Amino acid sequence: MTGLRHLIRLILRRDRVLLPLWVLILAALPAVYAASFAELTPTDEARELYARTTAGIPSIEAMLGPIYGSSVGALATQRAGLTLLIVALINVLVVIRHTRTEEDAGRRELVAATVVGRHAPLAAALVVAVGADLVLGLLTAAFMGFSSGSLLLGLSLAFAGIVFAAVGAVAAQLTENAGPARGLGLAVLGLAYLIRAAGDATGSGLSWASPLAWGQYTQPFADETWLPLLASFGLAALLAGLAGWLSVRRDVGGGLVPTRLGPAGSTSLTGPFALAWRLQRGLLTGWSVGFLIFGLAFGGAVSGATEAFNGNPELAELFARLGGGVSLTDTFISTLLGIAAIAAAAYGIQAALRMRAEESTMRAEPVLATGTARVPWALGHVVFAVAGPIVALLMIGAGLGLTYGADVGDLGQVPRLIGAALAQAPAAATLTGLTVALFGLLPRLTGVAWGILAICLLLGQIGALLQLSQAVLDLSPFTHTPHLPGGEVTALPLVVLAVVAVVLTAAGLWGFRRRDVGV
Amino acid sequence: MENAILVSGLHKTFGRTHALNGLDLTVRTGEVHGFLGPNGSGKSTTIRVLLGLLRADSGSARLLGGDPWKDATALHRRLAYVPGDVTLWPNLSGGEVIDLLGRLRGGLNPQRRAELLERFDLDPRKKGRAYSKGNRQKVALVAALASDVELLILDEPTSGLDPLMEEVFRECIAEEKTSGRTVLLSSHILAEVEQLCDRVSIIRNGQTVESGTLTDLRHLTRTSISADLATPLTTIPGVHDLVVDGTRVRFEVDTDRLDDTLKHLTAAGVRSLTSQPPTLEELFMRHYQGAAR
Ligand SMILES: Nc1ncnc2c1ncn2[C@@H]1O[C@H](COP(=O)(O)OP(=O)(O)O)[C@@H](O)[C@H]1O
Ligand SMILES: [Mg+2]
Repeated sequence: MTGLRHLIRLILRRDRVLLPLWVLILAALPAVYAASFAELTPTDEARELYARTTAGIPSIEAMLGPIYGSSVGALATQRAGLTLLIVALINVLVVIRHTRTEEDAGRRELVAATVVGRHAPLAAALVVAVGADLVLGLLTAAFMGFSSGSLLLGLSLAFAGIVFAAVGAVAAQLTENAGPARGLGLAVLGLAYLIRAAGDATGSGLSWASPLAWGQYTQPFADETWLPLLASFGLAALLAGLAGWLSVRRDVGGGLVPTRLGPAGSTSLTGPFALAWRLQRGLLTGWSVGFLIFGLAFGGAVSGATEAFNGNPELAELFARLGGGVSLTDTFISTLLGIAAIAAAAYGIQAALRMRAEESTMRAEPVLATGTARVPWALGHVVFAVAGPIVALLMIGAGLGLTYGADVGDLGQVPRLIGAALAQAPAAATLTGLTVALFGLLPRLTGVAWGILAICLLLGQIGALLQLSQAVLDLSPFTHTPHLPGGEVTALPLVVLAVVAVVLTAAGLWGFRRRDVGV
Repeated sequence: MENAILVSGLHKTFGRTHALNGLDLTVRTGEVHGFLGPNGSGKSTTIRVLLGLLRADSGSARLLGGDPWKDATALHRRLAYVPGDVTLWPNLSGGEVIDLLGRLRGGLNPQRRAELLERFDLDPRKKGRAYSKGNRQKVALVAALASDVELLILDEPTSGLDPLMEEVFRECIAEEKTSGRTVLLSSHILAEVEQLCDRVSIIRNGQTVESGTLTDLRHLTRTSISADLATPLTTIPGVHDLVVDGTRVRFEVDTDRLDDTLKHLTAAGVRSLTSQPPTLEELFMRHYQGAAR
């Protein structure tokens, strides 16, 4: 482990802004939830009613996780189910960023050639991730006011993060490049989420198969039990050990899954679009399949909710009143689509950033030194960054429509929910446009697009809870999307969003034509 | 069109770095032109300006009779470029990259492609990362050499090639020359350029310090000679740093006076002789040390 200290310092130096930022923001979320529940449902009766009627229905339990009580803390804990997911996601990305991405860039070789133990680079990334998770856990408890409940919640978040840091570490050993490693890590996370969602929706023990569920089965602020943390710790240790074992059984730069020989030539790579297709098709397939599976799974969970209502007319009536005439299923699906919109925007940003990656790895240069002009080259990627999220949204709409429609015996739900999903596309496209604009005009700042997306996510998640003014909420393009299905459709906001997206994209292409390549 | 490349007074800054400082470069059509300079002297930057990838701050640049920035796409169809540091796509095989780049340039000659693969001993089925640096370089070289173009722009193309492959490369460039193509070959190794180039331009700190045929530049370079002579000599006119050790002599001689000196040596009877060609580093040490920085 020689050099471990130096490597840790290197990582901390590189992430000196990003790391404290995500730790702080995520640690603050549960406290914000708690504060808003304390305000919105001040009495025991109100919380009791909320826990029974909203938090406790299968579709919400599928989305967020189980509810174990009606105290402020218990309600906040369930809401923090999404925080848990984000913590896990970030851990996967952070570990891959400091292991496989480094190898991709060849920087790892530079380090490996110095006096550094064979395990040190992987260990350094894990140490930083685990450290950040533990700080996040303690801060979570501190922000909520120290109690056994808040500490347990904080540590549950931390340990979910630690498990997925280890998942990221294993994924980084298996593939030869950072892209597929991220894909693999996120697929595992998606699967864990789906298993938990299915288990919680049906109230079966299936959830125990998902490490994400362990983070919630600690039941903070209710029947508190520390045992699941032990399971998380064991799994994380096992996975980290596996990653370490794998890492010494392969070459620096190589993967365990060896790359096969390719074709000796190509007749299909005929132009910039064909090249973009080759570079983007993996992303497109991954996101589309992922969205379809989520749609199918949650379409099923929705019908569970409907059943609960059919057996309880009083409840159904209550909800009809609460939702202003909009049915609970519609509210649920529209919430789900709101989250899907953010994910679709993330895909758009990711696809658009491929352009920047092509440029900074100098792969764009030889292509742009051929008869390929800059705008067609960029358009090849932009097409995927715009159309890809649309395809993905279409998939989730179709998935939801199919299982939900089959359940209620109305396949008319398929076009209806596809339409509702597609209504999210213009908002997602504005972020793609923003990324393209940054790429063309301020290429060194393309990463800012992720920050903007994070702000949109936060505004959507806690903006209303914090009772921020409408003017602030309006900053997020997602605020302007109609609440579909069920809500009222007005064309104007969608058209405006689409126009903004087009203008931003055009500005980016205009800038790219005029600027230096390779800076 | 007499000049394939005509650059004068080119300036380019990156933040506070003055990468190009009034650079001049003339490459005549049909010649192999060596573009020499130590690392960081601005060779790649000049080439990127010529490819329309960077926009110069001031000065003028003409490429194949056109404006490298405005007419970029049209000009690019008539040239092939090999970057100094070739990176390939991890999921594309070498053969796919060759075909892609060739096609984007307007097509490549399949026979020539096959022949070059053979000569460079390159397996086109491997993917991006499975190639070593030298092999990545070969992928780009095959794609460029198999393209039917007027001008080849090669940025330190032999870095990473082993000596055997360097030889193959030299043969290829010699053939390109016979078939009338223009070649701009950047390098920081004088010997490499010497064997291939009709004319060279030497740059330093973004400025051209010398330009001309190698014969023109002879006066700048010194050859190191050591010899074992039949009859000992104590003085040899016109040489530098003479060391005499019995019948052995060691000295440096201005390359344009090499002939006179050798005559002097043969008069004394030469038993053995080794000579070392001048290097770019020496040349810079001697003539441009302390020049602007
Ligand atoms: N994109 C860039 N940003 C900042 N500085 C650069 C950039 N490209 C080149 N430089 C600087 O310009 C100078 C010339 O570089 P370059 O043209 O690559 O030299 P050479 O190819 O002769 O080794 C160097 O000092 C280098 O650091
Ligand atoms: Mg260079």
